[in-house]
Amino acid sequence: MLKVKTPKNRRVQRELEKRAPRLVEKGKKTLILQGTKTSNVLNTVLSEIYHLKRDNAIRYTRKNDSIRPFESGGETSLEFFSMKTDCSIFVYGSTSKKRPDNLVIGRTYDHHIYDLIEVGVENFKRMDSFTYDKKLAPQAGSKPFIVFSGEAFESVDELKHLKEVLLELLRGEVVDNLNLAGLGRVYVCTAISSNRVFLTHCALRLKKSGTIVPRIELVEIGPSMDFVVRRHRLPNESLRKEAMKTAKDKTHKKIKNVSKDALQGKLGKIYVPDQKLGEMVLPNKAKGVKRERREAKMKNSNNEPASKKQKEEDS
Amino acid sequence: MDTQDEYQVDLGNLMAFDPFHHFTSIPSSREELVADCLSKGTELVQAIVSGVFNLPSTEDIDGPLVKLPPPTTKLPREKPLPKPKPPTRWEEFAKAKGIRNRKKDKVVWDEQTGTWKRRYGYDRVNDDADIPIIEAKMTDEPGVDPFAKRIAERKERVQKQQKNQLQNLKTAAKAGALPSHVQLAATALPITGTQAAKKKFTKDELGNVAGLASTATASGGKFDKKLRGEKPVKNQGKHRKFLPVVEGSGIGSQEKEQTERVLSKLISSNSHEILNVDKAVTMYNVKKERKRRNQYGKPSSTRNEQGKSSSTPSKLKPNNKPMKAKSLANKGKGSFSNKGKGSFSSKGKAK
Repeated sequence: MLKVKTPKNRRVQRELEKRAPRLVEKGKKTLILQGTKTSNVLNTVLSEIYHLKRDNAIRYTRKNDSIRPFESGGETSLEFFSMKTDCSIFVYGSTSKKRPDNLVIGRTYDHHIYDLIEVGVENFKRMDSFTYDKKLAPQAGSKPFIVFSGEAFESVDELKHLKEVLLELLRGEVVDNLNLAGLGRVYVCTAISSNRVFLTHCALRLKKSGTIVPRIELVEIGPSMDFVVRRHRLPNESLRKEAMKTAKDKTHKKIKNVSKDALQGKLGKIYVPDQKLGEMVLPNKAKGVKRERREAKMKNSNNEPASKKQKEEDS
Repeated sequence: MDTQDEYQVDLGNLMAFDPFHHFTSIPSSREELVADCLSKGTELVQAIVSGVFNLPSTEDIDGPLVKLPPPTTKLPREKPLPKPKPPTRWEEFAKAKGIRNRKKDKVVWDEQTGTWKRRYGYDRVNDDADIPIIEAKMTDEPGVDPFAKRIAERKERVQKQQKNQLQNLKTAAKAGALPSHVQLAATALPITGTQAAKKKFTKDELGNVAGLASTATASGGKFDKKLRGEKPVKNQGKHRKFLPVVEGSGIGSQEKEQTERVLSKLISSNSHEILNVDKAVTMYNVKKERKRRNQYGKPSSTRNEQGKSSSTPSKLKPNNKPMKAKSLANKGKGSFSNKGKGSFSSKGKAK
């Protein structure tokens, strides 16, 4: 016997609806967590990433001894956290003698690990160490620009992968409408060598240029760091194919009688059918107003007595 | 326009990528490198900004709003695509019949009170509960409370609707398109330790169990005290008795008799199958062969052999079959000594 179980209150229902799969997705939530051992640098890196993504991230501060993303069996609790928090990107920090200041950035699909990339953090400069005009400080939750440069991002597999992951991590929410007054920050990623990427966070200074497009100046506001790519794991082909599926675009129906002309612009043909005014149905459908009834009534009132008389005569 | 060709710009993500950039000379210091990167970044941002600011914008209180194109960079999904909800039974039926939904007003004119009232819910129009008197009809059965009947009918309708809803949810669950806030939970779990519905025992079952329990003593319940008016137990179960194997004074031969009785019963019913035809045929063949060999191989001693032959083939003669009575065995012997010409099978079989 089955019972229908529904949430007891509206708040829970809304929360469940937020987690339901949707046709067009609006960006992923990020889970930031750490292993048993972290260095001072890594703690700052994690907390600053969280600070930058505050509107769309969850930070776990406890030590996690059972998470080893690259090993089999070490991803179970990670997948559980992803399920629990509904996050599909995770940033996992740990440090060891072999891999100091290690950052594992990964994505999940359907709450299972999709891909992983491991980077080491070097030359880290924290936000506090930058001095700049506080008027330029970007608003929290504003949509950032992301800029990649360097041929290694296209030629080297690891960096190509890292570019995709970084884009998804940093881009924020997918929006339809953008307020131009809210633009104020940019992430600059540059491939220095085949396994090293320089990442920094800058504020924008918009200057008048005489046209509608302002002239841009970048002011570094931090944090800035170098990523050294260590290990990476790409998704397997079938999973990638499944994850790349998109909602089918509404098939463009052929629009009849509309054509476009270079000179005249959009042209439409209109066919006006014969207006059969006599057969038109009146808006008021009251019984008494109906034509057939009225006519029938009139007929009956004239003929009935006569026919009756005829009958009587016959008999 | 040349920047657009040079850089890959994704306006939906506000992203730009320069795939051709590389450092002409490796920067010597960190500051130089950062300055290099920032100058390159400025160029790229300028490319995006020129794209964004040239989009058609609408004025808003907070600033100009721009409609961004959808992102062009392909990124993996977070969750699988939602599956389409299968049509409910009613929807299928309505489609087949061509029934279309009509919008109904939320409020309806109530003629009895002369006011607008809700169609459903509290203080609704045509509410059954508002009718204080139900007129008796000719068809009414006496002794039936029409008010209680009305309530019962209503309950039945509600239950039927719930059943239909559950059925539709089940089909949706099968298609993997259950609404996100609905869970179908099993009410009775088949796990040990959970409360299962208690089964009612029938009178017969209870009697059987009581009978078995009463015999669970060493004496099989023989010396148990009986209550007054207690009936003899049913289905006591069987106790096997073993007779002594060693012969004693009284009942020693009973065991042997018992087995013999069973044996004779078996033999008497299966006596016509006692003759093993295959064995008889081989035996006959062997005998014939031997005879022939004796005749041709040692012509000088044929007479002696022949004379003996009738008596010697004791080895080849079928042994006394233990399953058969002696008289029968003798008859079988006789049939085989008839030098192979006769129809041994018919004779052998004849008892």
